[in-house]
Amino acid sequence: MTDVLTPDPEAPRAIAAASPETAAGPADAGRWKRWLLIAVPYLWLLALFLAPFAIVLKISLSQTTIAQPPYEPLLDLSAGWQGLVDFVSQLDLENYSILFEDELYVASYLSSLKIATISTLLTLAIAYPMAYGMARAPKNIRPTLLMAVILPFWTSLLIRVYAWIGILNPDGLLNAFLMWAGVIREPLYIMNTETAVYIGIVYSYLPFMVLPLYSSLEKLDDTLLEAAADLGSPPWKAFWQITFPLSLPGVVAGCFLVFIPAVGEFVIPDLLGGSETLMIGKTLYNEFFLNRDWPVSSAIAVLLLLVLVVPIAIYNNLQAKELEGKA
Amino acid sequence: MALKPAQKALGPIRRSFAPWLDPSAVPLIRFENVVKRFGDFTAVDDVSLDIHQREFFALLGPSGCGKTTLMRMLAGFEAPTSGRITLAGKDLAGVPPYRRPVNMMFQSYALFPHMTVAQNIAFGLKQDGMPKPEMEARVAEMLRLVKLEPFAGRKPHQLSGGQRQRVALARSLAKKPKVLLLDEPLGALDKKLREETQFELMDLQQELGLTFLIVTHDQEEAMTVADRIAVMNHGKLVQVATPGEIYEQPNCRYVADFIGDINLFEGSVESAQGGVVRLKSAEAGAEFTAASDAELQAGAEVALAIRPEKMRVSLEPPPPEATNRLAGEVWDIAYLGDWTILLIKLDGTDKIVRVSRANVTRSEARPIGWDDRVFLWFAPDAGVLLRS
Repeated sequence: MTDVLTPDPEAPRAIAAASPETAAGPADAGRWKRWLLIAVPYLWLLALFLAPFAIVLKISLSQTTIAQPPYEPLLDLSAGWQGLVDFVSQLDLENYSILFEDELYVASYLSSLKIATISTLLTLAIAYPMAYGMARAPKNIRPTLLMAVILPFWTSLLIRVYAWIGILNPDGLLNAFLMWAGVIREPLYIMNTETAVYIGIVYSYLPFMVLPLYSSLEKLDDTLLEAAADLGSPPWKAFWQITFPLSLPGVVAGCFLVFIPAVGEFVIPDLLGGSETLMIGKTLYNEFFLNRDWPVSSAIAVLLLLVLVVPIAIYNNLQAKELEGKA
Repeated sequence: MALKPAQKALGPIRRSFAPWLDPSAVPLIRFENVVKRFGDFTAVDDVSLDIHQREFFALLGPSGCGKTTLMRMLAGFEAPTSGRITLAGKDLAGVPPYRRPVNMMFQSYALFPHMTVAQNIAFGLKQDGMPKPEMEARVAEMLRLVKLEPFAGRKPHQLSGGQRQRVALARSLAKKPKVLLLDEPLGALDKKLREETQFELMDLQQELGLTFLIVTHDQEEAMTVADRIAVMNHGKLVQVATPGEIYEQPNCRYVADFIGDINLFEGSVESAQGGVVRLKSAEAGAEFTAASDAELQAGAEVALAIRPEKMRVSLEPPPPEATNRLAGEVWDIAYLGDWTILLIKLDGTDKIVRVSRANVTRSEARPIGWDDRVFLWFAPDAGVLLRS
């Protein structure tokens, strides 16, 4: 407001113009549309995620039986209230206690977590230099390099994993090459070992690690490294002081993107790991298709979800925080 | 050209501070025939320049003139294609940036976003392995210096632009470098804050007794802060002098035109003797008398350059003793508050002359208005003669 002591003839009009409008109509319509927009994805998730999960949860509390479907009790709606009470009273946690009593299941979970953890670290170790090189490459060739990372997705995962059988077999390409080069005389038995599973997982999930790393390294401002050098930090120190900490969001995102699906991985251990590799995805498959024990395999699936809820929640939380930081 | 004592009065220390006039003084920084080429492009072309200890030195020029490259070579981010740069007598060739006793304040500030204000300031000290208590004391001292004590624990993105600029300054000063390099340090600030900060920078430089080298394209900024200014164009030094000399005695048309506003009257010499040059300007339709010791032949093409504020303007005819008289019609007026700029079209020509008047009173009985006929005159020593 002005300090000059002259009356302002415009003042009353300005106040009148600033008074709030009392039109509620358009605002209500906007809210209604907003709810509609939000409702669509939520209904989708409800119908295709929550409902199937409820069914799986219910089966995990049932008992196995030789019938069609292979579990009981079944909900008899014609029996009315009494039918519902009978149905609920027959559900129990027996399948879950089986999972903890039989050491096969516990061992499968632990082995899955171990394999997923080690593969995640291996993937990180390989992907970081790749992403760093890509982010430092001349600007005009970066799209090509990015394309090269995404290119494997154009072929089915199954086919690519099958191809590894041809490479890792005792009489496969790798052994043939190493023996031709004179590095080894006896073929290496990599196929059907955990090593083959590590190779398969690292290979398949590498792009999921490279892409978030690349996107966080590419954003890095070069003048920060110049500033670090100016203040007395040589390049190798500046990497750990500046580059690595600033790429941490990419490291975290990449690790979760590899770790979470790797825990439940089935195709790779099944094709490359042979019978001696224990992973929960394989155990689940065996219970379901070979043993036809739907209740136990459902219990395995529910428990696997519970095991993964913690890292997924952490991941979501970190992502939300980073979005907040940017805003 | 003879030197005139034309510096602004900047206090008793500053007025007598002129080591560049002392032939026995050893400069702190020497650029010797420095050339820098990027491919076909010559960014810095044979620059030789001495900068003395405790000097506040400005590199001034339009963007792309090579001033930033010159500074980056001193910081060690670029190596000269040929030539030598010495700092306190030591050749800097091959010394990586992290071993040079200079620190830089970056144009973008380049604050580390994952560190707090205090960690940013401590970064350089940590690299030197300074013991923790000493480091904490120095960080506290720097925070006090830039008045950011309450913000020590904040991250850069939680600060305003002006505060970030202070953190960047504190970080680059923390190591007490021999030379502080400032790359367009105030470019991102608004005008008021920029002016305030310019004075703070000057106080800081005097208080700490450091050598400051500032790169800027803003002539006002250079004139405000610097002891001496080097005007650059196309990779070459055009003039190196104090702000007063640069303004009052530009050595060529480029400097005259680049710094401030100026009127140029093209003409030819009629006579030159006894320190008085008479010239005839067809362009202005007038004859001028200029004070100059320059050895000029009759008929030589020269230009008389005169600043807008050095000309008198009046609705009344000038007194009979006035020299260099002109007359014309007011073409345009720009009222700037402190100054009024008048564009005056000289009688019988197309020449437009720019004149400025200080508005020393709030009202005038009869202000000069559009289409008024006015008279102009100036003293023989008010202008500078420049060769064509």
